This record gives sequence, C-alpha cells and structure tokens, in this order.
Amino acid sequence: MDIIVIVLLIIGLVFFTGGAVGILRFPDFYSRLHPAGKMDTMGSLFMLIALALFNLHHFTLATLLTSLKLIVIVVFVFLSSPTAIHGIVDAGVRAGLTPWTKGEKRR
Amino acid sequence: MDQIFIYTGLLLIILMVLSLYRALFGPTVLDRLIGANAIGSKTVVLLILIGLIYHRVDMFVDIALAYALLNFIAVLAASRYFQKKRGLYDELH
Amino acid sequence: MEALEQQEKSLEGSRESGRDRPANRPPSRKRFGPYLVTFLIMFFLWILLSGKFDPFHLTLGVISCAIVSFFSGDLLFDSPRMKGFPRSWWRFLLYSPWLLYQIFLANLHVLFLTFHPKMLDLIDPQIFRFRSKLRGDLALVTFANSITLTPGTITIYVSVDGDFSVHAIDQQSKQGLPGEMEIRIARAFSEG
Repeated sequence: MDIIVIVLLIIGLVFFTGGAVGILRFPDFYSRLHPAGKMDTMGSLFMLIALALFNLHHFTLATLLTSLKLIVIVVFVFLSSPTAIHGIVDAGVRAGLTPWTKGEKRR
Repeated sequence: MDQIFIYTGLLLIILMVLSLYRALFGPTVLDRLIGANAIGSKTVVLLILIGLIYHRVDMFVDIALAYALLNFIAVLAASRYFQKKRGLYDELH
Repeated sequence: MEALEQQEKSLEGSRESGRDRPANRPPSRKRFGPYLVTFLIMFFLWILLSGKFDPFHLTLGVISCAIVSFFSGDLLFDSPRMKGFPRSWWRFLLYSPWLLYQIFLANLHVLFLTFHPKMLDLIDPQIFRFRSKLRGDLALVTFANSITLTPGTITIYVSVDGDFSVHAIDQQSKQGLPGEMEIRIARAFSEG
C-alpha cells in the first residue's frame, strides 16, 4: 500500500516539475499556458489520489469522509482549471498579444 | 512515512520558488498571473501534506478546498480586470 | 463592422436556441425534476462537508437546501434538457475514462517537449479555426473544456453556432482535432 502511495506521489511530482520548468522555458505567453494549467491539473490528480489512499489506512467513517473531500477537490480542479486558463487566454487575445512563431526571439 | 511527506513538501516548495520567478519577472501582466495560478495549485497539495504531517488532515482538507475555490475566483477576477483596463485605454486614445 | 455583424448573428443564434421561453411553456404544468436533482446534489454536498449525522444538523441541511433549491433550481438545468438527463449523465460517465486516458497521453507529450534540449525547434505555435457539428450548449462547453484539458491545445473562442478558435503548440496536437473527441461527445449527448 505504501509503495503505491509513494509511486503516485513521485509521478505527481514529475508532472509538477514539468509544469514549473515549462513555465520558465517556453518562449511566449500562449505556449506557457500549456504546461502551466494542465500539467498542474494532472499533478494534483495524482498527488491528491495518493494522499486520499494514504488517509484510508485506518478505515473509519471520518477518514472516508476526508478522502471523499479530497476527491471533490480533484473534481473541482478538473472543472475550474480549463475555465481559468480560458479566462487568461481571453484576456491575452483582447489585449492584442500575438503568438510567438518559429525563428523569433523568446520573450 | 512522515519523512517522505516532509521531503515531498520541500520539493513542492522548490517548485513554487521556480514559479515565483515567472510571477516576479514576467514580461507581461498575464505571465505573472500564470505564475500565481501555478503557485496556487501547488499550495492546495502542500496544505494537505501539512495536515498529514500534523495528523489533523480533517481540518486542513477544508482549508485546502476553500483555497482551491479562492484561487479560481482570484485568477478569473484578475483576468477580467486586465481585459477591462485595456478597453479603457482604447477609449481614451 | 464585420465584428458587429458577427455579434448580431450570434445573438440571433442564441435566440433560436433558447427554446424554453416562459410564454411557450404551458403554465399549468409544474416541473419538479430540476428542483429535486438540485436538492439531492446539494444535500449530498452538505453531508460531505459537514460530516455530522445527528438529527439537528440533518434538519438544518434539509431546510437550507430546500430554500436554495427553491430559489435557484432552474439555474442548473433547463427544463427541456431534463428529459434525457439521467441517460446523458450516465454516458458522460462512460466518456470520462477515455478523456482521462487522452489527457494522460497528451501530458506525456508536453512533458517530452518541456524537457527536450532543442525545444524551440520542435514547437510550432499557431492559431487555427474549425467548425464543429455540435449544437447544444452543454455539449459545446464540454467539448471546449476537453480541448483545453488535452495539453497542446487551448480553446480561445467558441461562438454559439460552433466556430472554434484553438491555439495548438505543434503539428501533432493540431492533427488530433476535431476527430474522435467530437464524435464521442456527440454520442454522449445523443446528437450523433
């Protein structure tokens, strides 16, 4: 059981690392959104499921409720993250930012 | 198991510092917003890790839920605000 | 000028799609379906968040959920759409594992791009448009959110009649659209 939890935690950390490095490395605003919003969503999915599994070690009603709340957080993140990303993209389009194309300098 | 949680939390904090670079020195306002959003989504996981370390996860899970809501609302409100400000400048010129 | 025309067109489209005018509905028939579903969802959330099972707290929950669902029961679901509601909900549950698998595959692709040393030569960001066959509001929103959740593509703009603007990070992500995802969503919301 512990091994499953640790493996899931490490997978989640890899996704979070990809998100953080992607924010630093990608060349412009639009392409930075790709790792920022979505790999963080995937990372929180894996890490929160791992923590919910670990929380079920002593199986009582209280721990079951806590784990269900963790699942609710995952569902909420999956619903809200695309909406937040879309809000940021919409603001960028209306502010007139042009997307980076091949051969330009990174901004 | 507590050791593992502590090291995971430390790694998350390092990743948050990396994202903080984008939030501080981003060339546009929206880049800063992306950095803030990334920090917020890592904070939700970090809060639950803290709760597991202190054995009070039933209390910290509510705080994490409220923080996830607040992060979403903050990003939406900030992006709507900068969109409107740009429109204001257009009217002035 | 063109933008104004487009806005007018989209307004017209939304007028056509708004099928449930209060005038069209027979006033004698009352619909309890939306209120009941809203009440059940909110009561489940109440139990989950409070975690107390004594009669006092349960009574408080019933009263407050009834008040809120009385005021805002028609916000969550339109009445005409309630007909196919349980079936489309079930089909959406069947659709979500496939979506999760696609999200996972695409995440691996972006992860590969992120850590590639010559990333700037590999990516080719561009904005492209396509027209979708989907019509319902709920189906369009689900499709837009699924596109955004699949890394490599972000929905920028969706109009009422199904015009999508999508930002793709490289050619491989671009080729997957609209493709299989649209077919599966059309099946889930029975618009096939």
